[in-house]
Amino acid sequence: MPSDAPQAVRDICERCVGRIGAPISALREVAATLGAIEQAHMETVADVFNLSVAEVRGIVSFYSDLRTEPAGRRHIRLCQAEACQAVGARELTAAAQEKLGIALGETAADGSVSLEAVYCLGLCASGPSAMVDGRPLARATIKALFA
Amino acid sequence: MSVAYVPSETLANALGANEVAAALAARGHEVVRTGSRGLAWTEPMIEMDDVAYGPVTNVDELEAVRLGPVDALPGLAQQQRLIFDRCGGRDPFRYDASALQEWLERPAADILAEVEASGLRGRGGAGFPAHIKWRTVRDTPADKKYIVVNADEGDSGTFADRLIMEGDPFRLIEGMLIAGRATGADAGVVYLRSEYPLAARTFEKAVAVAERMGLLQDFAIELFIGAGAYICGEETSLLESLEGKRGEVRAKPPVPAVAGLFGRPTLVHNVITLCAVPAILSMGGAAYAALGVGASTGTMTFQLAGNVRRGGLFELPFGLTVRELIDDWGGGTLSGRPIGAAQVGGPLGAYLKGAELDAPLTYEALARLGAGVGHGGVVVFDDQVDFIEQARYAFAFCAHESCGKCTPCRIGAVRGRELVETLRASEQPAAELAIIGDLCDVMEQASLCQMGGMTPIPVRSALSLPHGTQT
Repeated sequence: MPSDAPQAVRDICERCVGRIGAPISALREVAATLGAIEQAHMETVADVFNLSVAEVRGIVSFYSDLRTEPAGRRHIRLCQAEACQAVGARELTAAAQEKLGIALGETAADGSVSLEAVYCLGLCASGPSAMVDGRPLARATIKALFA
Repeated sequence: MSVAYVPSETLANALGANEVAAALAARGHEVVRTGSRGLAWTEPMIEMDDVAYGPVTNVDELEAVRLGPVDALPGLAQQQRLIFDRCGGRDPFRYDASALQEWLERPAADILAEVEASGLRGRGGAGFPAHIKWRTVRDTPADKKYIVVNADEGDSGTFADRLIMEGDPFRLIEGMLIAGRATGADAGVVYLRSEYPLAARTFEKAVAVAERMGLLQDFAIELFIGAGAYICGEETSLLESLEGKRGEVRAKPPVPAVAGLFGRPTLVHNVITLCAVPAILSMGGAAYAALGVGASTGTMTFQLAGNVRRGGLFELPFGLTVRELIDDWGGGTLSGRPIGAAQVGGPLGAYLKGAELDAPLTYEALARLGAGVGHGGVVVFDDQVDFIEQARYAFAFCAHESCGKCTPCRIGAVRGRELVETLRASEQPAAELAIIGDLCDVMEQASLCQMGGMTPIPVRSALSLPHGTQT
């Protein structure tokens, strides 16, 4: 982590002050910008929004985007919800797990790749759906996932 | 050279619309990015000189994928588009505010009367009559009132909120402004899920255009992006989240229309509910109510997904059957096998099978089956569906997404998943099913919100258990 991270967190928080749901927006941006939320970040958020660190930790543990562990360099999210199940999401997930040697929800030991579940990307008429490094993928195949 | 209309919509983009737009521009076409017509199997679908082509993979061979004149497209022409009438084929940011200005000049009592006459009910899932909420917010004295839009569209098989926000964001702004005028609210907040970044950008851009046009002088609109929690689609959890907290549900009463966001009277509606209001004012409440069947009035934005040949969004009056939607509009299953089940209304919706598929899509007919319309999503499975696995998933999803505040949901979902996991190898499956039925009773009757309260619906229907009393 770069040494100026706490200041970056404070800047993010101060940009959010006055907006609705501000602590959540700030934490979401911290996770997106710095890759993961650390204890020191939570303390800064608590300080800016006049919350206890426990309250901030409660928020962080509630929302899945507020990650405390960084994702792998390649971030693969596979939809596990019903519309994708109906067109082979379970089989696709099994194939991806086998290819990468990690289970859904895990990051490879060398940090090269994460495989995560997502519950609906709204591409349900053309499943199975996936998101690879933020890019949505419809009618996903194992080949397209690793293209 | 002809103007090319190319959707900029998440699904179309995932299937190559951005590349198609770039290729057309490179060949000298003026390219206008638009919303999607919602016919997923044609994406990316482009329009030139009022003729549609799709799915386009090679812009030099458009004739090979010529679909025909846009206004006679199969799957589109027979729809009754009141909400989605402007979505697709046009620049969503070019907006003529003259109709809106006329609506906003009407007395609040007039608007309320039209909404009541329309019979509009909430499109998010609960189906509660809209006008009752509107009047409650209007009649509750307060220093501040809010319109909160629920765009936390987490149900699998649904994408109507996303399509309208990406394709015609002004429709939602219209609905919010009219609702503000009628209820006395001067602030609106849209709660959008983080999985929909393009919808966020499109909506924010439209709000900026509306501001420049001077449409937001008496009404402030703010967009909030969620942080990944299905439960925040439940209205009280959503309000907690907007207050910057964990999205734990609140006990009701008080209902949000009396004490909602920051304790103020708050009109909470799904995106599509508010987007129906401009059409109601335009055609009149009575004409809107003449569409549909009985107390299921107007059009519903049905979303057909899963194992289906032609999935997408079909805006139709209530009343066609589930099977008609799947076979006539969707062309049957994608695999070509017989339909095994259709899950109607998202992860908390029932798996309908056999003769149940001939039920009309209305609030009343589905309630008689222990099912619901939900947000209008229909997910098709073929006959390879494993119902025990679907029941297990319903409990597992509830366990994953439960906010944890009430015991029946937090503990019941975990115990339910464990019971279903042992069901297949059980030596006494009848006894185990009876226990699952009992657990469903407890969750239905004692959960604080519909997450725990409705999880028994997919479980019971998948396992063919008798449905409960509280549906």
